[in-house]
Amino acid sequence: MNGPRPILKTGLALTILGLGLAVVALVLTGFGQFSAFAAEHAGAAGEAAAAGLYGPAPKLTAADYPAIAGVNGRIVVWIVAQLHLWFAAFVLAVPIFVFIIEVIGMRTRDKRYDDMAYEFIKVSITAYSLTAVLGGFLVFALILFYPHLFTYLSTIFSESMFYYALLFFAESAALYIYYYGWHWLQGGFKKWVHLTLGLVLNAVGTTLMLLANAWLTFMMSPAGVDAAGVFGGDAWAAIHNFLWNPINIHRFVANIAYGGSIVGAYAAFKFLTATGRQERAHYDWMGYNANFIAICALLPLPFAGYYLAAEIYAYSQQMGITLMGGIFAWLFIIQAVLIGTLFLSANYYLWCGMGRSDGAKRYTKYIKYIAIVLVGAFLVWFTPHTLVLTNEELKALGGPHHKILGPLGIMPAKNTAVNVMIIFTAISFMFYRRANKIATVPWVKAGNAIQVALYTAGIANIVFLGIYHGYFTNTVYKVAASIPQVLTTLVVIAGSITLDSFIYRGSKEVGSLQWGRIPERAQYALFLLAVAFTWLMGLMGYIRSGIRQHWHVVDIMRDASPDAFTPTLGYAANVVSVAAIIFMAMVIFVFWIAQVSSNKTLPAGYWKE
Amino acid sequence: MRQFLTVVVFTLLTIGFFAGYSNFGIPQIEPAPPPKEEKLDLGSMTMDGFIALGERLFNGKGTCTLCHNALGRAPELATVGEVAAGRLKDPRYEGEAGTVEEYLTESLIDPSAFVVIGFGKKGTNDTESPMPNVASGGIGMSVAEVAAVVAYLQDSSGAEVTVEIPQDIGAQEDDGEEDESEPREAIGDPKELMALFTCDACHMIGGEGGEVGPDLTQIGASRDRDYLRRAILDPNADIAEGFEEDMMPEDMGEAMYVAELEILLDYLAGLK
Repeated sequence: MNGPRPILKTGLALTILGLGLAVVALVLTGFGQFSAFAAEHAGAAGEAAAAGLYGPAPKLTAADYPAIAGVNGRIVVWIVAQLHLWFAAFVLAVPIFVFIIEVIGMRTRDKRYDDMAYEFIKVSITAYSLTAVLGGFLVFALILFYPHLFTYLSTIFSESMFYYALLFFAESAALYIYYYGWHWLQGGFKKWVHLTLGLVLNAVGTTLMLLANAWLTFMMSPAGVDAAGVFGGDAWAAIHNFLWNPINIHRFVANIAYGGSIVGAYAAFKFLTATGRQERAHYDWMGYNANFIAICALLPLPFAGYYLAAEIYAYSQQMGITLMGGIFAWLFIIQAVLIGTLFLSANYYLWCGMGRSDGAKRYTKYIKYIAIVLVGAFLVWFTPHTLVLTNEELKALGGPHHKILGPLGIMPAKNTAVNVMIIFTAISFMFYRRANKIATVPWVKAGNAIQVALYTAGIANIVFLGIYHGYFTNTVYKVAASIPQVLTTLVVIAGSITLDSFIYRGSKEVGSLQWGRIPERAQYALFLLAVAFTWLMGLMGYIRSGIRQHWHVVDIMRDASPDAFTPTLGYAANVVSVAAIIFMAMVIFVFWIAQVSSNKTLPAGYWKE
Repeated sequence: MRQFLTVVVFTLLTIGFFAGYSNFGIPQIEPAPPPKEEKLDLGSMTMDGFIALGERLFNGKGTCTLCHNALGRAPELATVGEVAAGRLKDPRYEGEAGTVEEYLTESLIDPSAFVVIGFGKKGTNDTESPMPNVASGGIGMSVAEVAAVVAYLQDSSGAEVTVEIPQDIGAQEDDGEEDESEPREAIGDPKELMALFTCDACHMIGGEGGEVGPDLTQIGASRDRDYLRRAILDPNADIAEGFEEDMMPEDMGEAMYVAELEILLDYLAGLK
């Protein structure tokens, strides 16, 4: 049962799929401006505006927000929207990697991949129903607590909301046939039909996400309306607003990482409760694959996040500064703790997993150094930009920032830290891949030397760029390090994987991998990954929505409710925590129900013989 | 079952740690409440008061200090009064201003008329400013407020303050967005009335509301209807101890229907 090689293909396929979607999004971007479709809509827009079909965004007072049963409307909408998003992220992501794993199973004719894919989709079926239920709840909550906002948005997005509802039927149909037809559509042409269904399922699911993203990004960067909020009638302009594609890309990648982490938690739970050796081996293998999926998507995620933040800044300098340098700045220190947790737990799981191979001993001596670097990079990311200081502390420090450590609080240092973390996680992966192999090519020493040189040069370049831009340039140029640093990281990782694939061509195996030979504590690393991901998504969802501050639709429709205030981070964290606990309880229910379907009771003497 | 409970406890502890860190590990900064429309009594305002108003707007509603600060995100304004005259002669200047005052006003509502080198939007070769028009959308300053900020900028940069306090627009602005041609329907519910006139922004009732004005939770126990009527129609006649004058709008009597006033008085007198 050799995971890494086919799994590498999985990663590659994931990347290709992700890039494919990005290209589709970019093509749509260009397409929208030049196509006949857009021209037709622009014409309709002019006519609609001329005919005065749409009114301005309503100016609300506190009386326009119904008080229902003494419930705080904002918290209800906040929690329900967050729960809906968590489940939606999960059920959109699972079919993506289920499809890829099914393809791998078909190519390798290894049935275990097919079985694993089926088990993944089985877990997501109940979650799918919960997503729909929560989506309905969210719509009701919006209509009840924010009727004018809902009316305004549904006026602009009436068409896309209608198509969304229709697509939901298509999604359900594709998912149910895909799942319930799994064992029926096996072998030969039928398998192709099944795979096609999987593709349709993913295409519809992704389109649903893109539509919903348009509604929320319109609230952040409204388009297709004038300064008073009068809709011009061009639905495409409103959908294709400034932040639509950055959010699309970020969510697509993050969903995969999140879906991987949740099924990882499922596998961990099954591993811990497994009774037989074979069952433990199966769920260990499943947990490894889930973790691999989560990490593959986690590695590009900081870059997608950076792109999103840069686009927010480009859209509105004010919004960008509020995000990174204003009242939300401390949130990124909490985020640092979460990201540190994610990287450390993912790496820890990999290190524990090396125990599956007897050949891993050759690499265990290096792990402590990787751990030290990861913790060091985490601490740099964790360093706040500006501390809240007393006057005495200010005097002792000689200003608001420490002369040497101060720059650790700004972007060049943060970028350096995250790139170093990613590179060292890649090294952990490399050791894991190598653990069970012995290279047979005659130039293995030279190859290893090149690997060392590649990583050394890459890390040196990243650190140099970080120090140069952190200490020796002024504010305006401080972010300039990010692109070359990212490119360095990508080149190092791609170069290393390519080189290793040549070094280990025709390699011998140390022995067969002992799946199931992993300490129980490693499973808790998988739980930690899932919980940290969930909580982090909640926190970042808060900031994405929170940077609108007292606006429903930025600069167009003001929030006049008593809850228009921006809460403190502690308040937000408490809401996110309550929502996360509810979500985790529901996820445990989903895991349990997935297990119940395979339980059988034989009630002796109950039925007529 | 033991494994299940261990997982549950582990999950709760993890979430508890994240929540605890967010509450106690970092400073809890209370973000400023949403900005409120400030009623400008321009008729009785001195130039010092007008400049002080400009400073408040500069640091508050205008959100100017987000970028115009020592971090170098936008040009420093400490010397803008001196350099403005030079900018008007700069070949890159594309505006229509003839004086420093006009230039400053223009730079607030059409920031791309002149972009200081190095501060333009990326890729525009310093022809487009990232600064928004302060009179529109999110900031939404009135003509008088823009004038106040210009007065403050002139004063703080050592230039002569040439701005005159606008006298004829205050009343118009106070009317806000009320459409006088269509009278609104009278409201019969005192709580809806209080919401319409945003009384809770300054007055607390039952633990909810602002603290700018007196707490009204049990106002009926200590004040009679006549006192309350006077407090609404002529708020500066009696100022409760510990509170400042001129904080409450004086036009309540004009904005409220007579029937509404009586409904509100019934309600307030009943708060005991």
